[in-house]
Amino acid sequence: MNRRSFLTCHVADKSRPAASLGPGYYTNGVFRTHENKTVRFYDDLIKGKISIINFMFASCDKYCPRSIACLTKLQDLLGDHLGRDMFMYSFTLKPDEDTPEKLAAYAKSNGARPGWLFLTGSEYDLTSIRFKLFRLDDPLIDFSLDVHASMLRIINDNNSRWSSWVLPDPPRLIREAVSWIEPTKPFAARVRDNVDLQAKIDRESAVTAPKWAKFRSEHGWPEITAKRENPEGVKKLQTLLHARTQAKVGLEPSHRFRDVLARFQPEATS
Amino acid sequence: MSITKEKNRKKAEPPAGKGWSRRTMLKASAAAGVVTMLTPRKSLAQSLPPIPTQPSDCTPQPTNSPATTPFVQALPIPPIAIPTILNPFPTLAADTARGEAARANHQDWFQFFPLVQYSVSVQPCMHQFHPQIPPTYCWGYNGIYPGPTFLNVYGVPIVVRFANNLPTDNIGFGDNNHTTHLHNGHTASESDGFAGDYWSPGLFKDHHYPNVYAGFNEFPPLGDPLEAQHTYWYHDHRHSFTATNNYRGINGMYLIYDAVDTGFEFAGQGPQALRLPGPYGIYDIPLNFTDKLFCASGEMYATAPDAVPGGTDKFCVNGAIQPYFNVQTRKYRFRFLNSGPARIWTFNLSDNNGNPVPMTVVTTDGNLLPSPVQVISTSSDPTLQGLTVYVSQRYDVIIDFTNATPGTSWYLTNVAAQFVGNAPEPEPAPGVNIGNVVMAFNITGAPPYPDQSQVPSVLTTLPNITTPLANLFGTRIWNFNDAVVGAEGDPANPTAKVFNVNGLTFDPNRADASIQQGSSETWLIRNRFPGTGWTHPVHIHLEEGRVLDRRNITVNPTTGVITINSQGVPALEQGRRDVYPIKPNDEVLIFLQFRDWFGKYMIHCHNLGHEDNLMLVRWDVTTGPSSTVTSPVYSDGTPNTGNGLVNSGAQPNITPALTALAPTFNLNPPGSGKLDRPGLKGSKKGVKA
Repeated sequence: MNRRSFLTCHVADKSRPAASLGPGYYTNGVFRTHENKTVRFYDDLIKGKISIINFMFASCDKYCPRSIACLTKLQDLLGDHLGRDMFMYSFTLKPDEDTPEKLAAYAKSNGARPGWLFLTGSEYDLTSIRFKLFRLDDPLIDFSLDVHASMLRIINDNNSRWSSWVLPDPPRLIREAVSWIEPTKPFAARVRDNVDLQAKIDRESAVTAPKWAKFRSEHGWPEITAKRENPEGVKKLQTLLHARTQAKVGLEPSHRFRDVLARFQPEATS
Repeated sequence: MSITKEKNRKKAEPPAGKGWSRRTMLKASAAAGVVTMLTPRKSLAQSLPPIPTQPSDCTPQPTNSPATTPFVQALPIPPIAIPTILNPFPTLAADTARGEAARANHQDWFQFFPLVQYSVSVQPCMHQFHPQIPPTYCWGYNGIYPGPTFLNVYGVPIVVRFANNLPTDNIGFGDNNHTTHLHNGHTASESDGFAGDYWSPGLFKDHHYPNVYAGFNEFPPLGDPLEAQHTYWYHDHRHSFTATNNYRGINGMYLIYDAVDTGFEFAGQGPQALRLPGPYGIYDIPLNFTDKLFCASGEMYATAPDAVPGGTDKFCVNGAIQPYFNVQTRKYRFRFLNSGPARIWTFNLSDNNGNPVPMTVVTTDGNLLPSPVQVISTSSDPTLQGLTVYVSQRYDVIIDFTNATPGTSWYLTNVAAQFVGNAPEPEPAPGVNIGNVVMAFNITGAPPYPDQSQVPSVLTTLPNITTPLANLFGTRIWNFNDAVVGAEGDPANPTAKVFNVNGLTFDPNRADASIQQGSSETWLIRNRFPGTGWTHPVHIHLEEGRVLDRRNITVNPTTGVITINSQGVPALEQGRRDVYPIKPNDEVLIFLQFRDWFGKYMIHCHNLGHEDNLMLVRWDVTTGPSSTVTSPVYSDGTPNTGNGLVNSGAQPNITPALTALAPTFNLNPPGSGKLDRPGLKGSKKGVKA
């Protein structure tokens, strides 16, 4: 970040969403995309968008392949949202190695569609956003490149909501996590969803409930009645009492209940 | 928005200073009645204080909270939850037409029909953590933090209506979908608050808490009284946001009494009564420990993109920073709870001269110990040199102030220090650093009447598990790892660096084990990946377990030979537990039974941060047969090639610990699915061939 962007990033800006934390939080560091364009972190990548952010490096063969494969599948689930209101950003952990050309080749080999950017930049800017968004206050994690290849942050700048996820994971679940940071649906829609969910549960119960009832009767669980004897329980309490008497617990002199209640005052809390 | 609500509310209130005339009372109650009939959501919004709006965080994250003076506020005691009559009336099936969230029918609803009903609203609130810090925005049950304490009696089933009144315009981490887990309530699956069963704002859900002991089918009607558990807490369990929602304040205590632990100490209650100090709020005090970070403005720092912030530097007890509590020279029962998000507390008690004072532990995770255990820093047993409380663990501790000098103070200290202020504070007692002090006990004087409480040397006997052990299904292995490893125990070939169990992360729609109802198993929980050195406090829903053995695993670096060293069962794990902290390279063998209910339950790491990183597993209680392979496939159908953990009853290293417990122990061949329980034979119908 240069001096000018540092000075401007804290100025109120009407073009950004009211709830947004703005570049004062996210920083406005300058990055270069795999398409060799220069972008600013807040203004061009975050502002007014849903951003799905992870870290990787092209030569990473241990942890990244499964993670990137998972993101490749996620692209399809995002459908035409990708590149319109949802964007995926993969930042490099090794800016010295990963030039825009190298990242472009990496993007091509992983079938990245428009809307999924691979970015590189200065070590300072990359570390800044890594610590802003991914810090866990554990040095072993925060300075480990391996761990970062498995972390995902999902940020909605419009309502300033965040979520996180882990990589790799079934893309279906990540898509669901993205939906959680979208604006809460109207009440009527939530009620509709609830009715749909109930119908699904009812379908499942129609299979399981008779099985459960059959199991109960087959295994001779007692009939459901309001009142039953509990001889086993009584016996157990008697045993317990016997054990305690054997241990010769000195019982203190008894007080009459009424006397106790009369003197029972909460303590003064002055 | 909030201003309009405030205005509306003021209109409904009687004029200030005039009090409630009969006319205003009638008007108000009529209005309240009308509103109640409309929707439960509206009625709650009307009857509770105005909903505060969420402020945005200070940025950047503060390096430390503002300075606060210690011991200037009294320890707040959460109020008792008050029963109500629910409208609409709770039903067996989900009342979706009137706004209830979707769920399966309540199991055993009519057998344990709940006549006692509660209504709880989960909503935004304002809470003041210290007089020198202005009230800050939070979320809480009934708009208070900590939430109201439920006082229950075994045998009195209740239903609690949790209405989600969280805002729809929340910002930052934290999610306005909510689910409540009663930890570790013996509840049916649909009332368990399963992490995937959350519901959205505007809806409510009835949770049925039958308040019965485990094993009620074998020991009707209330279950096995030796399975009693007394100290519970209830908290948000919405997966991926549990840490933030709890950090914002969605948790509270839930206590159950019975004929043994009555909650009262007076004599003449019946010979089986323990007469531990009581009652609640006077001599029986909940202590809910958590740690927070505050902005310079006093706002709780809660919405950072890094989820729950690190660097939390203010220790809170029941939502108060470094409070004091006035005590009389007698015995008290304190219910310690670590409500997270991640801190491991190690408590010690010192008197006004800085000398260590013993704390007597009577229950572990709410279960009575066979006999009390003393914790003191001078103890010869290293596990008893401080009371270590992992996230979500509970300890009921008796502290005896009988010999304390009135006018002095005793100090509860934690092993790690908090930020008090930049100016150096004097030591409250010799050798006691003010930053380490979590709270002070001010000794006021003699009690108004003689202390009748007692701490019997025998608290309970443990349920006899010889027979279920003899009919064990087998041993199920759960590996809690920091990385997905290529093969069992082989950290050389990791494929992903994520928190996982058996190589998999949580999917609410995938059950990794199905277990036949009525069967019993031993579970081996391992933390073998030597990566970041996390201790995982593993929690299992449904039934409490018995620790059979704790072991340390060492690998010879040159030969690669794995040695498993049995360490026995520590003093504080002699009773029943529901949270099992597992250190790196450790494993614990526990015994579990799966009785009474069907449906989905979980085993998960209760470090709330790990939990939100999907270190959870769903397992189901089914009609059987139990699955012989654990965690077989990913949710998309691809096989889990990670660990391939097979239920292997013939683990050679398991038998010694079991034979010590039950000499006639005999393992069934794995997967035999044999279900033969004495309770079944003894019941009226008997077992069908």
